[in-house]
Amino acid sequence: MKWIDYESPHSVREAVDLLNEAGDRARPLAGGTDLLVQLRAKAYDLDLVVDAKNIPELNELTYDPDNGLTIGAAVACYRIYGNSSVRSVYPGIVDAASLIGGTQIQGRASLGGNLCNAAPSADSVPPMIAYNGVARISGPNGSREVALEDFCTGVRQTVLERGEILVSLHFPTPEANSGANYIRFIPRNEMDIAVAGAGVSVVLDNGSIASARVTLASVAPTPLFVAEAGEAIAGKPATEETARIASAIARDAARPITDMRGTIEYRKRLCEVLTRRALMTAIERAKEN
Amino acid sequence: MPAKTYVQTIINGEHVDLLCEPRQSLLEALRDVVGLTGTKEGCNDGNCGACTVEFDGRIVTSCLVLGVEAEGKEITTIEGVAQGSELHPIQQAFLENAALQCGICTPGFIVASKALLEQNPDPTEHEIRFWLANNLCRCTGYDKIVRAVQDAAVKMQEA
Repeated sequence: MKWIDYESPHSVREAVDLLNEAGDRARPLAGGTDLLVQLRAKAYDLDLVVDAKNIPELNELTYDPDNGLTIGAAVACYRIYGNSSVRSVYPGIVDAASLIGGTQIQGRASLGGNLCNAAPSADSVPPMIAYNGVARISGPNGSREVALEDFCTGVRQTVLERGEILVSLHFPTPEANSGANYIRFIPRNEMDIAVAGAGVSVVLDNGSIASARVTLASVAPTPLFVAEAGEAIAGKPATEETARIASAIARDAARPITDMRGTIEYRKRLCEVLTRRALMTAIERAKEN
Repeated sequence: MPAKTYVQTIINGEHVDLLCEPRQSLLEALRDVVGLTGTKEGCNDGNCGACTVEFDGRIVTSCLVLGVEAEGKEITTIEGVAQGSELHPIQQAFLENAALQCGICTPGFIVASKALLEQNPDPTEHEIRFWLANNLCRCTGYDKIVRAVQDAAVKMQEA
């Protein structure tokens, strides 16, 4: 790896100043499970990495029913699935956090990093969109919030501008009678990149779908939020037949490429199957709530 | 070119101060600066687990940690697993079950298995295989490794 400088600021302000001064010659470092690999592969040419793990706001993990869930951008996966509130209230996030990489990767990798890395296959992003997640960003001109479905703008491209850092991910408390799920297809049992994935949430009302959100992984340049799949089943009974309506729309919305992991046709078919299965699991979870 | 960074750590229970370049991984710092060469380099991108160490209470692939991130952290490497000349039950079980051939992956497997049994003393076969999915072995086919971990779990519970 070529020479880099390392800074470990203790406040968001300091981090923003460092990132703003260096521009695209610097990137924040959370778990490093993508960034260090990319630096060795010369995917980025940096002079500076700014370690985000000593900034209190980026290590926050708090939930309360009034304010929802806040996950600091540098919080590692193991802390997320080890948190009893997250496990009981946001199981769809736990689905993803517990299947990214193996045990060693989960000891370091963060959902904030997964989002900012902006890979189409990012496992945690579809369920975070399903839970109406918002990115809280700080920068030289102050703070702003961006809905997670608007955060990734292309392969490895995000809305972050010069000097901006993702501080945390925020999720409102799910409504009563709601459920969510993330599943993916990989040819191995674990430790693989999704051929396709589906993250969904549903809110039930007397056995019907009050609202639903469907987001797909690995089938577009960014995580693909398919608003119309959820909208089409609002008001319909919470049955497999209804799930099939949404999954057909998800299949048609997917715009995958053919590569070593799968063909266009195969991935579109996977979107249909995964969306239907994820919706049925989310409905079951909603009934348990 | 900036100076090297002074890093204070605790490695295998002892205070260790080291000088490392910010670009050096923890793996490189352990092997090339501290001289602890039991931790192995395999893929150098986090897939194979040969460089597994315990870092701040969690197992990590030390190739994906910068040496400078170790400031103030506690680290356990394979050299810290045995008690003096007495092997850890997991090491003994790997020997008795022939759970190694070439041995390159073994330090990573033992550090990872130790962390598993410390938090889950009686894991199922599925739990063992899932926990060790980030450790690759090209010799054994894994079955002997899984049996060694099961054997160690029994012996550690009897102890």
